[in-house]
Amino acid sequence: MTEKTIYELSQPGRKGFVFPDSDVPAAPLPKAFERGSINLPELSELDVIRHFTNLSRLNYSVDGGFYPLGSCTMKYNPKINEVAVRLPGFSQTHPLQPITSVQGNLYLMYQLQEMLQEISGFHRVTLTPAAGAQGELVGALIIKKFHESNKDTKRVKILIPDSAHGTNPATSAMSGFEVAPLPSDARGNVDLEALKLHCDETLAGLMLTTPNTLGLFDENVIEVIEMVHNAGGLVYGDGANLNALLGIVRPGDLGFDIMHFNLHKTFATPHGGGGPGSGPVGVSERLAKFLPGPIATIVDEGDDDTPPFYGFYTPEESIGRMKAFYGHFGVVVKAFTYIAMHGPDGLRDIGEKAVLNANYLMEKVKEDYYLPYDRTCMHEFVVEGTWKDIPNVHALDISKRLMDYGFHPPTNYFPLVVHEALMIEPTETESKQTLDAFAAAMKAIAKEAREDPGMLNKAPYTTPIRRSDEVKAARDLVLCCWTPDSF
Amino acid sequence: MYTPHSPQEIEEMLNVIGIKSVEDLFEKVPAKYRYPDLDLPQGLTEMEVAAELNEIATANASSDEFISFLGAGAYNHYIPSVVDAILSRGEFYTAYTPYQPEVSQGTLQAIFEYQSLMTELTGMDISNASHYDGATAAAEAANLAYHNFRGKRKKVLVTRSVNPEYRETIRTYMYGLGDVHVLGDDPLNAREDETAKLLEMINADTAVVIVQYPDFFGRITDYTKIVEKAHEAGALVTFVFNPTALGILKPPGAFDADIAVGDGQPLGIPLSFGGPYLGIFTVKDKLVRKLAGRLVGETVDEAGNRAYVLTLTAREQHIRREKSTSNICTNQGLMALAAAVYLSVLGKSGFKQVANLCYQKAHYAAEKISKLPGFELAFPETPFFHEFVIKTPKPVEEINARLEDYWILGGYDLSQTYPEMKNQMLVAVTEKVSREDIDDFVAALEEVTND
Repeated sequence: MTEKTIYELSQPGRKGFVFPDSDVPAAPLPKAFERGSINLPELSELDVIRHFTNLSRLNYSVDGGFYPLGSCTMKYNPKINEVAVRLPGFSQTHPLQPITSVQGNLYLMYQLQEMLQEISGFHRVTLTPAAGAQGELVGALIIKKFHESNKDTKRVKILIPDSAHGTNPATSAMSGFEVAPLPSDARGNVDLEALKLHCDETLAGLMLTTPNTLGLFDENVIEVIEMVHNAGGLVYGDGANLNALLGIVRPGDLGFDIMHFNLHKTFATPHGGGGPGSGPVGVSERLAKFLPGPIATIVDEGDDDTPPFYGFYTPEESIGRMKAFYGHFGVVVKAFTYIAMHGPDGLRDIGEKAVLNANYLMEKVKEDYYLPYDRTCMHEFVVEGTWKDIPNVHALDISKRLMDYGFHPPTNYFPLVVHEALMIEPTETESKQTLDAFAAAMKAIAKEAREDPGMLNKAPYTTPIRRSDEVKAARDLVLCCWTPDSF
Repeated sequence: MYTPHSPQEIEEMLNVIGIKSVEDLFEKVPAKYRYPDLDLPQGLTEMEVAAELNEIATANASSDEFISFLGAGAYNHYIPSVVDAILSRGEFYTAYTPYQPEVSQGTLQAIFEYQSLMTELTGMDISNASHYDGATAAAEAANLAYHNFRGKRKKVLVTRSVNPEYRETIRTYMYGLGDVHVLGDDPLNAREDETAKLLEMINADTAVVIVQYPDFFGRITDYTKIVEKAHEAGALVTFVFNPTALGILKPPGAFDADIAVGDGQPLGIPLSFGGPYLGIFTVKDKLVRKLAGRLVGETVDEAGNRAYVLTLTAREQHIRREKSTSNICTNQGLMALAAAVYLSVLGKSGFKQVANLCYQKAHYAAEKISKLPGFELAFPETPFFHEFVIKTPKPVEEINARLEDYWILGGYDLSQTYPEMKNQMLVAVTEKVSREDIDDFVAALEEVTND
């Protein structure tokens, strides 16, 4: 099942949209800069609607089915979020409008900052980072600036557990740090002995995902943080897995110094096929002066008759601006809506049900799949997608076969510390019936693996395309459409 | 709120797990900190939250209630209804990054088409699947250049006419790398020429020269000499462009730019108080393996059918970890889709038309305003696209405050970011304003300045 490209659908002379004629006198364009024709496709409005509607049907989505993609928190995205962000008062405000004309926006940003501070236990939050990875960059640059401000220039080393997301080491390198990998112990915790060896005067900090990417709550988290602090380092919390902690525990209370939030994961804003995300960052009090701005604040408290007046500020020793304007405001509106609807009880319900669902599904899946860290998990768990006695079936085959059963595959081959990893995160919005159906599919595939392993190697069979040639894609790079000569 | 569990189901699930209560799942969380009392308002129903958001939103004045002449990096263009009809499809917006091509061809082909449209627009060879916004795309261009020369060239040159927030963002990213100097954007002396000054600064230590086209002041500058000098010195050249302008202006590729980046907000993305927008990132062929971010490529599936996949992933953080040159993970998938739909529906004629309308209306406005007593164009000899700088007889802040009474959103007060440009207003004009709107603006400017 393939869909023609917009260029293949194009017909010379066809129009999809017409603007009103110019109502001002013509002004000539300097010849030196004048562009000839521009090869854009020529389509009718219906052509465009059909084309992109057809494309949308080739996608798997949360609206369409169960999406247990570990570490991505593919929960239901409430429709009210989409209504909220499209209110003209939000969608049609220019970022440089007079501050008096955007008090609603500033109030909302301020409220979300306060909410995130309360949920996470941090002293101050900035909403500017564009995505989780940019939030990490903010965190790493704050660590750098903190040590510089203490004239502590020997601190060049960032510790990163071997189970961490790839963005952690990449971020550290972008911030000029040396990366030292930290092994996990047999229970999936940070190896304390290995950590001890690194706790010296070159230690800048530790980046720790909580719960970690094995879906486990580090049993020694307080001790780990204290060891790093005692050695003079800071602890960065990767908030990718915050969903499991909502209403359960606040990372700031555990001693983390910095953490980013993924609004598109935890607060359902949603993922958008790969973005936009939003990665606000929270910090402890001593680091607030390094945050990137602009940050919403109350400029004038007001009184009984007048509401507070809001404005922006940027901390004096800020690491600097991360992007234009104030972050992904549209995403911020959705996260605010989501939190306002949940309140404290609703947030705790999210954390509890996310963990309940994961543990329930883990019990079922481990009947047929090896679970290397067999203990209570948080929001997700990782099993091996292979069996010693069936050498030719891999995590990839199981993933692909799940599509034939109508499910999106789990994250595979991550984290790297598990052989042939299948990382499964059901989220709180899935029902017991859905989890049972998924577990049944996993069981059926385990049976297929024994009876007809070759069949799994060629799966999927029912999707819009079959397995694709990724080697060819990288070798014969084709990165844009073929366009007809007539253009 | 959105959890479907009935009490009986919870009971059944706990039995399967072999525990008594949900609380038992959290024994490893330090008891001292477990179950914090969150000081937040109680949750609202959808009906209540809808009312509250409505109230918050109406505490703003939307740009559509004003006649707007405000641009400076975000532009008030008309968005065809087709764009949001497609963006509202859950199949697009509730999908993840297309790591599994068999069930993600919709997103993959849409991004592939976006990449195609961007290379056509810019005259460059290759576009990636996008960055966060124009500012971060510019910063990633500097980052790419730094790594292209393996950190041996320490100078990033950027002109003062590049968007000030972009320059700040570049500086933040370069701070991470440590020993890079971002230079070239000090205020100019009265007789100094920006191009001449930059030409003098380009040398063998220059990694990249970053210019804006049209620049922050709306001016269209011929950067040919800068490109030649930079290439002679072995440096890369980055153009920061406005995509609407490229409907009628020669694209960066025609000037031999190595990298061209821009903010795609004008391509069907709402103003939304500054984001989410779209970072367009395009390069010449030779830089493809240095490119950060995602790339979609065409291939075939096992049955020989055309298929799209994420490709050259070996460059990226999830494979290379600390050896990758950027940590970027998400792109702006949905915003790239908006741009692809916008350009598809406007097409060859519509896109040229909107660019022309902006150009014509801006020139009409400039002509009229510059004839008012006390007003004059700051750069009367220089061609411009849809923004221009006008010198005003009174502080811009004062003028803009009074324009609000006329429901007019005046231009950007340049003294906020350019102390040397007191009493100078950056006026932006798009297809959304009519001749009558412009005439009203001109009349209002006259009224608020003649007392």
